[in-house]
Amino acid sequence: MIGALTRFQDGFARALLVPDPVAAGLAPEIAALVRQPGFAVYRNTVMKGCIDALQANYPSIARLVGEEWFRTAAAIFVRERTPALPTLAYYGEGFAEFLARFQPAAELPYLPGVARLDRFWTEAHAERDEAPLDPAAIASLAPEALARTVLHPHAAARWAWFADQPIYTIWQRNRTAIEEDGEIDWRGEGALLARPLGAIKWMQLDAAGCALLDGCAAGRPLAEAAAAALEVKGNTDLERLMASLLEAGAFGRISRLDDDTPGENDS
Amino acid sequence: MTAMLTAGLGLKPQHYDAALACPADGLWYEVHPENYLVRGGPRIAWLEAIRARHPISLHGVALSLAADAEPDGEHLARLAALAHRIEPALISEHLAWSTWRGAYHPDLLPFPRTRETLARVADNVARAQDTLERRIAIENPAHYLDIDGHAWDEIDFLAELARRTGCGLLLDVNNVYVGARNLGYPAEAYIDAFPAGPVMEIHLAGHTPDPNLGQALLIDSHDAPVSPEVWALYARLIRRIGPRPTLIERDDNLPDFATLLAERDTAHALLRQPLAQAA
Repeated sequence: MIGALTRFQDGFARALLVPDPVAAGLAPEIAALVRQPGFAVYRNTVMKGCIDALQANYPSIARLVGEEWFRTAAAIFVRERTPALPTLAYYGEGFAEFLARFQPAAELPYLPGVARLDRFWTEAHAERDEAPLDPAAIASLAPEALARTVLHPHAAARWAWFADQPIYTIWQRNRTAIEEDGEIDWRGEGALLARPLGAIKWMQLDAAGCALLDGCAAGRPLAEAAAAALEVKGNTDLERLMASLLEAGAFGRISRLDDDTPGENDS
Repeated sequence: MTAMLTAGLGLKPQHYDAALACPADGLWYEVHPENYLVRGGPRIAWLEAIRARHPISLHGVALSLAADAEPDGEHLARLAALAHRIEPALISEHLAWSTWRGAYHPDLLPFPRTRETLARVADNVARAQDTLERRIAIENPAHYLDIDGHAWDEIDFLAELARRTGCGLLLDVNNVYVGARNLGYPAEAYIDAFPAGPVMEIHLAGHTPDPNLGQALLIDSHDAPVSPEVWALYARLIRRIGPRPTLIERDDNLPDFATLLAERDTAHALLRQPLAQAA
C-alpha cells in the first residue's frame, strides 16, 4: 500500500515539472496546492536552478545561441532529464545528444560537438587528481622498452576528433568569449582538454593524435598506439606529437605490457 | 567547538581571495557540501585552502530528509567522506525534501507534518547522524503554501524531532519572517516559542516581494541585505537564548566582500554584547 507521504510527493514532484500543472489531472490535494500563488515559487525555483546549472556548464552553447534560445531549449532538456545528482556541477550529461536531435537546432550542426567540449571541461574540472607523467620517466627507457610501455591517459584528459567541422576553433572562441570574427577554415578538427595540475589546459589535436590517445586508453603499448596514429595520418611526426602530449599533461601513470597490473610502475 | 564562532558568511567563489585572507574575529564560512562532492580538482582544493585558515560549516540541501524514503546511501557516504576531509565545525540540513525517486529538485519542498512523517523524518535524521557520526542541525524552511493536513505545528514537530534523535536545530529567522507573512502567523510568537536548547546555529538572509504579487508573497531569495524586521527578530532571539553561531546568507545579486563583511559585523557585534553573553 502506498503511504500518504509517498502519494503527496509523487503528485507534488509531477506538478513541479509538467508544463501546465492545472491541466495535468493531479489528485485533488495537489491540485489545491497548485492553485495557490505560492506554488509557482517552487516551480520557478526548481526550473531556474536546473537551467542556471545547465547554462553554467555549457557557456559556449549559451554564447552561440543567445541566452533566450538557450533557456528555452534548456527547459525542455530539464523536463526530459531532471538532475539525478544534487551536485549540479555535473549536471547536463547527454545535452550534446539532446541538441543533436533537437529540431530547432538542426541548422546549427556544430552545436553537439561544441557541447561535447563544454562537457569535457566540466568532467576534467571535477575529475580525480593525478600526477601527470614526468617525461623523464620515459626518456630513460630504451626504444624497445618504450615500445612495450603502456602510457595511460591522465584521469582528467578528454579528447575527441570531429571529422567534418572545426569544432575546436568554434568552441575555443566561445568558451573564452574572444571577439574574433575571422573566417573559420571549414575542416575537421580535434581537441584535447587536460588538467594535469590545477588549471584546465586545451589544445588542438589532429586525427592522428586522437587515434594515439584512443590506443593508449585501450591499454595498448605505445608501439601499437603509434601505429594506429600513423594509420590515420601517414606523415605524422611522432616525436613532435609525443612531446606536445607530454607537455599538455595528457598522460598519467605508465605500465609495462608484460606486467600490466594496475597500480604497478606508477609514475 | 573551536575558538568561539560568532558570525559567518556563505562562501562564494567570487570572493575567494578576500575570504581566504580575512582575519575578522569569530569569522567562519558556510558552504553547500553538494558543490564539493567532486572526485578532485580546483573546487575541493579551494575549500581545503579555506579550511586551513577558517572554520567551515557544511549546510546540506539534498539529503531530502522529509522524503518518504531513506536518504540516498551513496550521497550520504560521499557527504561523510567530505566531512572527514574538511572536519567542519557544524553540519546542517533542512526539514524538507528535494530528491525523490532518483530525481533532484533544487529546492526545499514542503510536506504535511503528521505522526507518520515525523517517524519517517526521525528515522532519516538518525540514519544521517549515524553515518556522519555526529549531531546535525535541522533547519526550519521558508513557507509559501497553506497545506491541509498538518497535524503538527512546526515548532512542536522540530522539538519532538530533536528529542527523538538528539539532533540540533538551525533557526532561520528570515524563513520565520517570510513564512509568517505568507501564511499569516505572528513571527514574534514563533521566535519566542522556539526551543532554545537545541539551537546550534542561526541563519539571517534577505527576502524580496514576489514580482507579481508584491508584499502578499515574500520570497526567501537570498539576494538582498537582511531586512530591519529580521534584524529585530534576531536581536529578540539572542536576548532570550544567548549567542549562537550566526550566518549571513547571500546567494544572488552579490555585493563585494567588504559589504557582506560589514553586514556580518553587525551580527558579530550583537553576539558579543554583554546582554547576549549573559543569557
